[in-house]
Amino acid sequence: MYLTIDGIEKSFSNEHKERTKVLDEINIEVEKGSFVSIVGPSGCGKSTLLYLIAGLDKADKGEIRVAGKKVMKPGPERVVVFQEAGLFPWLTVLENVTYGLKLKKMPKEEAKSKAMDILKMVHLSRYVDSYPHQLSGGMKQRVAIARALVMEPDILLMDEPFSALDEQTRMVLHKELLEIWRKTKVTIFFVTHNIREAVQLSEKIIVFATRPGKIKETISVPSMKDGVMPDSVTLHTEQRVLSILQEEIEKVLKEEMGNDYSFKTNHIHRDDSGDMGSHI
Amino acid sequence: MIAGIWEVTSRLSSLPDFMFPSLTQVLETLFKGLVSGQITEAIGKSLGRILIGFTIAIIVGLILGYFIWRFKLVEDTLGFVVTALQSIPSIVWFPLAIIWFGLNDFSILFIVTIGATWTMTVNATSGFRNVPQLYQRVAKTYGSTGFHFLRTVILPASVPQIISGLRIAWAFSWRALMAGELLGGGGGLGQLLEMGRSLGQMDLVISVMVIIAIIGTIVDNVVFSRLERSVQLKWGVNQR
Repeated sequence: MYLTIDGIEKSFSNEHKERTKVLDEINIEVEKGSFVSIVGPSGCGKSTLLYLIAGLDKADKGEIRVAGKKVMKPGPERVVVFQEAGLFPWLTVLENVTYGLKLKKMPKEEAKSKAMDILKMVHLSRYVDSYPHQLSGGMKQRVAIARALVMEPDILLMDEPFSALDEQTRMVLHKELLEIWRKTKVTIFFVTHNIREAVQLSEKIIVFATRPGKIKETISVPSMKDGVMPDSVTLHTEQRVLSILQEEIEKVLKEEMGNDYSFKTNHIHRDDSGDMGSHI
Repeated sequence: MIAGIWEVTSRLSSLPDFMFPSLTQVLETLFKGLVSGQITEAIGKSLGRILIGFTIAIIVGLILGYFIWRFKLVEDTLGFVVTALQSIPSIVWFPLAIIWFGLNDFSILFIVTIGATWTMTVNATSGFRNVPQLYQRVAKTYGSTGFHFLRTVILPASVPQIISGLRIAWAFSWRALMAGELLGGGGGLGQLLEMGRSLGQMDLVISVMVIIAIIGTIVDNVVFSRLERSVQLKWGVNQR
């Protein structure tokens, strides 16, 4: 397996020195070139897991291997695209994209031509000499993706990369991300709380339970690699994920609002597309 | 307006000319001093001192700031001392400096440096501390460590705060320099003030005061304001 997550456990201690378990016995295997999403209610530890893979944080127990190598510290073969773009405001777009390449001691000219190719792929060739503050949110996130891709990483870790964007920008970036994924064959590990996003983008969805974070279920998304899936299929998958999550969402709400709260999804208006046999 | 009042009151007042010189008299002395080289030489000497002292203070301040930011133990010990030292006006160090180094250039340089170092340290520390976690994480995932991490992330990210530190540090060391020269001699604008006093030449004293004000304003407005504005423009914060 390309990415192996083996028996990971992680706890945080709060201000009263009590330890809360965030991740409990996580085992995941991801194949090379696949697109895997993690969905779960907020606070289920999905971002923590991503940080562990990135090497930004250390697990209490278990180990993570990428391409056979054990993860010890952060490295350019496992780059992260964060929720906020995190571009360096003191560097131009081009300098931001070549930041990692220069660290790899790549010759200047080569780094530049590589960066230009990638920036073309995310449609930002016109903005190479701009500073980050001159770009819109969607453009910033594109630069962040370009900066990550230019490193030709073993795995691309994305931590809710589109959740701060507006709906239209997000739709466009979904499409572009899928194109990039097909073109580069990069392995993508995608954390989100947006079920629709997960269904539309990924091949495999791992649904997380919360407190402590555990794998509740793994769902394969029926996909047609080169085309758009019929709405009925996506809707059905979405519905399945939602029904799995329902219990977890209820748990979170009960903890926050008290025991009399109950949350039920409305199934009625989805009946026509859900159970007509279209999912077979 | 002010010039007019000055000119008129000085001419009408009962004080003799040497105690309350008129504006024209001051301008004349100023011009003569600049041409003859008396004032120009003093400016050169003072600026030379402050450049050396200020540069040392910046370097020491940045280094101390780094250690305080980086190591908890240093923060608890040295960090506390620095805050205490910062509240001591640097001229207070002068008696000690005279005993240690004698009444010479070096003593003046010492208090100029001391005056700026602590402020610089405090500002550098808080600048480093306020570097967003996000930038640090990004840099680390690209494999940046050690000195490279410091040079490409921590330093540039704290530039805005460092500039405001420079500004305050400059003001402190400029004041320390004047006080030091006034007491310590060895040439420079401060000593020229003292000379004007002992010779009873208030026109010279006021000329020097004008020069001090002009230099202070130029440095603040031209150098630091411009630095600040260029950073703001580049970063796109607080565009005015």
